[in-house]
Amino acid sequence: MRKYVRRIKYNRKLYKHYVSINFRSMMQYKTSFLLSSVGQFLVSFNVFLGVFFMFRRFSKVEGFTYSEVLLCFSIVLMEFSLAEMAARGFDGFAGMVRTGEFDRVLVRPQGEIIQVLGSKFELTRIGRMLQAVVMFCYGVVKSQVVWDFPKVLTVIFMLIGGTAVFCGLFLIYAALCFFTLDGLEFMNVFTDGAREFGKYPAGVYGEKILLFATFFVPYALVQYYPLLYILERRTSIGYVVLPLAACWFLAPALGLWKFGVRHYKSSGS
Amino acid sequence: MITMKHVHKSYRIAKRNAGFGEAWKSFFHRKYETIHALNDVSFTIRDGEMVGYIGPNGAGKSSTIKILSGILTPDDGTVLVDGKVPYKNRIEHVSRIGVVFGQRSQLWWDVPVIDSFELLKDIYRIPDSQYKENLEELTELLNLGELVRSPARQLSLGQRMRCEIAASLLHQPRILFLDEPTIGLDAVSKLAVRDFILKQNKIHGTTVLLTTHDMQDIEALASRIILIGKGRILMDGGLEDIKKGNRDIDETVAELYRSYDI
Amino acid sequence: MKKYISFFRLRFSMGLQYRTAALAGIATQFFWGFMELMMFRAFYQADSAAFPMSMSATASYVWLQQAFLAFFAVWMMDNEIFDSIVNGNIAYELCRPVSIYTMWFARNIANRLSRAVLRCFPILAVAALIPHPYGIGAPADAGHFVLFLITLILGLAVTVSFCMLVYMLAFFTISPQGLRILFTSAVEFLAGAIVPIPFLPDKIGRVLELLPFASMQNVALRIYSGSMDTDAMRQAVLLQVFWLAAVTAAGRLLCKAAERQVTVQGG
Repeated sequence: MRKYVRRIKYNRKLYKHYVSINFRSMMQYKTSFLLSSVGQFLVSFNVFLGVFFMFRRFSKVEGFTYSEVLLCFSIVLMEFSLAEMAARGFDGFAGMVRTGEFDRVLVRPQGEIIQVLGSKFELTRIGRMLQAVVMFCYGVVKSQVVWDFPKVLTVIFMLIGGTAVFCGLFLIYAALCFFTLDGLEFMNVFTDGAREFGKYPAGVYGEKILLFATFFVPYALVQYYPLLYILERRTSIGYVVLPLAACWFLAPALGLWKFGVRHYKSSGS
Repeated sequence: MITMKHVHKSYRIAKRNAGFGEAWKSFFHRKYETIHALNDVSFTIRDGEMVGYIGPNGAGKSSTIKILSGILTPDDGTVLVDGKVPYKNRIEHVSRIGVVFGQRSQLWWDVPVIDSFELLKDIYRIPDSQYKENLEELTELLNLGELVRSPARQLSLGQRMRCEIAASLLHQPRILFLDEPTIGLDAVSKLAVRDFILKQNKIHGTTVLLTTHDMQDIEALASRIILIGKGRILMDGGLEDIKKGNRDIDETVAELYRSYDI
Repeated sequence: MKKYISFFRLRFSMGLQYRTAALAGIATQFFWGFMELMMFRAFYQADSAAFPMSMSATASYVWLQQAFLAFFAVWMMDNEIFDSIVNGNIAYELCRPVSIYTMWFARNIANRLSRAVLRCFPILAVAALIPHPYGIGAPADAGHFVLFLITLILGLAVTVSFCMLVYMLAFFTISPQGLRILFTSAVEFLAGAIVPIPFLPDKIGRVLELLPFASMQNVALRIYSGSMDTDAMRQAVLLQVFWLAAVTAAGRLLCKAAERQVTVQGG
């Protein structure tokens, strides 16, 4: 047990070191950093425009008002941005396999995951984060939610669970790189697709999608159900901790990753 | 000590023919081909030995290095490095070896080289005092001086390679694998790198396995040469054994390749 | 012309070789379209009176948009061109006795055509199997279908001529990447790729329909489903032709200026 605590502490120290070296590297290119941040912001701003104009025409969708949808969208966007900042190394993992950079990871005496995570820390998502925060504030003010402790806790758990789900998806994406570098575009459905379509509560997309988002990739656990609790359409206290349950998703993702590493070591591709 | 006994390794790759019709056909039906990268490879390297590992492109040199450094698992055969199986306990194994890939950089491009070293210190968990000592020694032997204060992208290839080698030796490994360490370097840098490897071997008794296409490297460094072609060990002997007289080393090797038809 | 056909064949067989990539791309676009439709369905159910198009016309719009994504996605620009502008290799191309504008234009068309040809049929085939009103319907009539094909090609040409404008502007800026990001996100919205133009407030929609961006995907996709009346169609086609001529002319002018800039500065 104490061995594990020591290991986690050491990994945290190492991760901080990685973040700091990434940060110093990035500050060498301030203009490019600024432009990428703006670009990232514009991409998700377009998604926002889509929502905005749909609500100029319609007053509600599935019983959700504009400000309620923004609340939902902003939380998903925060989850996604946090995961993208932290786990960007997995997102760019195809390149690491292609260039043989991953061999370098394997000849170093640290876990593979911490090294890949450390290889890239993407601060440019700050632009997107900022937009999410603004939308969240707007949603909070306009949606007439009466905030109490369980609801605040729900939001915090949503952020934790959601970041875990997206990190798991990035991890799966990276693990698939061990098997194919061509078929990866499909994974965008789950990552970029979730960011794009997570703008509306998952229930909007029909029962089948909701079932999928509950049991297969647990998007709904960090988006739809806790939102219903915050908007007082559900009252059971179970909804508060539901987002944390979404963390189970990391388990199969880790399993696939381990399997992928073993495959890489035997095929050397 | 390094031993490889009857090691086999093969890959399966998709076959692609040229042409429009072929592309259309292979869209529906794909053919595969098996490549035997290593075919019954055996050799032993003693502690403190310096061995040159040569052969044409695609002969199986990198596969060997990858297996010895624990990146790749062989299909068959036994591999022991320092009494341990490299691909079994990766983390324990790799903390005792150093690897230089001449074609790839391990330094962070945009920060001073010393920052990369500091990160490696944490990755290899090198104690402060040992790190300081090793860094001083490497700085002196490789003549790094103020180089470590500049970002890697501002260094010339030769300067950078010296830093790369230092980075691979900060944790004072007992075994060093060098994959084409002098590729693309100018004459001065080549000499500096060779000189350093010799010293490293003399001072610390580091075991060195070196792949290269530069026969002067072999002449300067290796007392023993292993020749691999089409996945098989074709020759294993001293430098004089293959030179057989006083001819030029490049010609000797070219003739060797021709005689084995590789 | 032969050169461009062989370029097209090369690209096309390259696309075939990456079988997994093609299949993954098709599946991705199919799912994307499906999710879009589910979203529109929810709004339709919420307030069908506020819906500016019929549900089945919207479905056709969404499926065609996915099937012909490679025609109209402005972000699919030619990275090689940007690279050669940034690293200065462009100077060599400018020395050759061919019009660089024509060459790049044809190359971009070939690129987009080869990508779309490979991907559009499977998507359309599956979309045709989906029951009414969520699948892709038959075109309103034969005349509409012919006009759809014409406006599709015109839309492709306008899109490419607009991309050419961005390449040319890249000569005059210090950060082509920034320029590209800015243009792509603006065009995405203005062309109706985020929300179809009929869904926007009427005033904004009327202005947008006059801009060159509406001449990209908007016209063909709406003509197919018959959600434009005859007058609107005539105006839209004329605008397409006008914008194609205008944007191409502007691009050619910029191209001349760019050539001068490169020769004066020596690359």
